[in-house]
Amino acid sequence: MYIQSAYAVSPQGSFSELLESPAQYRGDRLTCKEPDYSKYIDSKLIRRMSRIIKMGAAAAMECLQQANVTMPDAITTGTAYGCLADTDQFLTRMVEFKEELLSPTAFIQSTHNTVGAQIALMLKCHHYNNTYVHRGSSFEAALTDAIGLIGEGEAQTALVGGVDEIIEKSHAILSRFDLYKKDGDTANLIGDPEKGTMAGEGAAFFLLNSNREAGCLAKLDAFQNWYKPKVPAATLVEDFLKRHEAPAGSIDLVITGANGDARYDGVYEALKQSVLNAIPAITYKQFCGEYPTSAAFALWMAAMIVSTGKVPGAAALAAPKRVLVFNNYKQLYPSLYLLSAC
Amino acid sequence: MLNCLRSAFHDLPSSHHLISNMSKEQTVYIGGVGVISAIGNNVAENLDALVSGRAGMQAMQRLQSVHKDTLPVAEVSLSNEALAARAGLPDTISRTALLSAVAAKEAIADADIEYSKWRTGFISANSVGGMDKTEDFFPGFLEDAGSGDLKMVVNHECGAVTEVVADALGINDFVTTISTACSSSANSIFLGARMIRQGLLDVVIAGGTDALTRFTLNGFNTLMILDQEYCQPFDENRRGLNLGEGAGYVVLMSEAVAATLHKKPFCALSGWCNANDAYHQTASSPTGTGSLLAMKGALKKSGLSPAAISYINLHGTGTQNNDIAEGTAIATLFEGNYPPMSSTKSFTGHTLGASGAIEAVYAVLAIREGLVFPSLRLQTPMKDLPFSVTTVLEKKKIDHVLSNSFGFGGNCSSLVFSRTAFNHL
Repeated sequence: MYIQSAYAVSPQGSFSELLESPAQYRGDRLTCKEPDYSKYIDSKLIRRMSRIIKMGAAAAMECLQQANVTMPDAITTGTAYGCLADTDQFLTRMVEFKEELLSPTAFIQSTHNTVGAQIALMLKCHHYNNTYVHRGSSFEAALTDAIGLIGEGEAQTALVGGVDEIIEKSHAILSRFDLYKKDGDTANLIGDPEKGTMAGEGAAFFLLNSNREAGCLAKLDAFQNWYKPKVPAATLVEDFLKRHEAPAGSIDLVITGANGDARYDGVYEALKQSVLNAIPAITYKQFCGEYPTSAAFALWMAAMIVSTGKVPGAAALAAPKRVLVFNNYKQLYPSLYLLSAC
Repeated sequence: MLNCLRSAFHDLPSSHHLISNMSKEQTVYIGGVGVISAIGNNVAENLDALVSGRAGMQAMQRLQSVHKDTLPVAEVSLSNEALAARAGLPDTISRTALLSAVAAKEAIADADIEYSKWRTGFISANSVGGMDKTEDFFPGFLEDAGSGDLKMVVNHECGAVTEVVADALGINDFVTTISTACSSSANSIFLGARMIRQGLLDVVIAGGTDALTRFTLNGFNTLMILDQEYCQPFDENRRGLNLGEGAGYVVLMSEAVAATLHKKPFCALSGWCNANDAYHQTASSPTGTGSLLAMKGALKKSGLSPAAISYINLHGTGTQNNDIAEGTAIATLFEGNYPPMSSTKSFTGHTLGASGAIEAVYAVLAIREGLVFPSLRLQTPMKDLPFSVTTVLEKKKIDHVLSNSFGFGGNCSSLVFSRTAFNHL
């Protein structure tokens, strides 16, 4: 399986910005740097679409443009929270206007499949289209579906994405669950001795291709995720590497999902001391923040790393040929991605 | 391709029983079914209502809404407390999860299977998640962002609803949630079948759930597609849909698992297809392009010709737009040889994310009982269609049922259920 192209709308403007001078954030959240949507979306649609739809559609279109593919055989999308701004708008009006005088637009766009559906609509793509909404494994489920569909022989290319947005109200509610630092700083988020992380958001899309096409970014050697596994993370990693015949020594770089929350980062540290010992390691959530589909950002970063040979925040590192991504959202949804240079 | 998949991806962790048969053509059996809807709290009650023509819609009883007296709905008769007692869950949990647990447990009991011995998945679908609780939390929260009981929003996410049930069932080999509006649970059923065929799982409890909420009621109301009377799918003078609630699950299994059951399965999921209409965010194309592609694709996958279909369980919401689009697609595909067809939404209302799975259960019942369920309240068949829906209960041998589920976002999925004698091993 190959990642033919990839693009992320994220708190970082681009991969080269990430290499040269990554955007820094203070406070309790990171916000996406939105692209010039007119490059991707009709101006009438831009006005109508909420932010998450625009971010998702732009990431998808850029991804297709890079691959020079106009019609993917499938579109699968993962989103934990769905279209929060539209949901909030409809719900708030419904409460304030006591179920009267509502307009349908926000409701229409509030359904969880809106991003995938709008991409299909823009492409006039009648092919397979599915949306996964399973918390910290939403993106992984969309990827699982696409790989299964390709395996079934029903598709050769699949556009796969992970999207989630922060809105004021969801952030206010999530903050009450004691998830975020009050005065975080991405410059020293990872390794911070206090509890809490910084919230993030983003939209990352990938064009998977069962064939190796010219210009392909990376080979996806293996991928696996779990739901509340009963065995420790170290065992999952060890078994995964064994099963895919990738001894730790063959891996040039590990990207982990440490998020700066002192309550949980020990888990990643322990892995680095044991099964991933002596492999150069970096983190990614200081770039995109913590959110349920952040592994999509990590996968984009990993694909760019094996493609360009350059590593954000580790310029001295020799060009990695093989990269392992390990994220474990809330220590409930571990996922592993193994990529190599095309 | 499959080899590449097997070597490179997803050998799910467990290993209770390794299945050697990885053939693409493996039969995926349905070993058990469970359902709860406005016409009954279990399979037997649903079947009884379908046979006796008893519809589930009436004036709103449980849902609190200003539209109480104008918009009839099809509510499940049990209170949250009663559902919780049946589900073995706290009654403070989202009704979406309670409905799900009741139907999933019935499906498992019906299959009489010890699924912990196998690599088992729980694939569910819903469109509202825990919105029933969130919409009660929101008024206080809007007044003061620090107020409101956080327990009411912990299960807001669609996936959280699935996890409540997966955890209660002790399933963790594979757990996910699909949300493609009204086609959601048809997608969860074929995903389960595909994963079994690909040798990734042995047993999948697949289906979907949705509870009635003010959010969806008002949303559909703004679209002006809710019928203030009881809906009349495929009627020339249809006025719209009635919303319903409920949940449905099927227990899908590999041939090797089916061989171990006490009660041998009689039915399989033989075909499926997911396509997109790509016409409008909420409206279907006049040609029914997405519907046609889904039905055609599902038939192709099952290896059946249109003439082999014994009954079509229509999406049949009762809206102007759906019924003409779906009807036009059927007219194109079946070209003059129309099998009996009906919309069981005339009984259950439109249960959104649950409808594909509830109607999957009805498809299995149609095969088991040899019945075509009627469409209720048809007065004038649609003038632009060359066929009409069945209005009386019809007894006949049913071999293959085509079941349609189409949704917002152009998401169209069709499933084919087939009578399959269990003759392996």
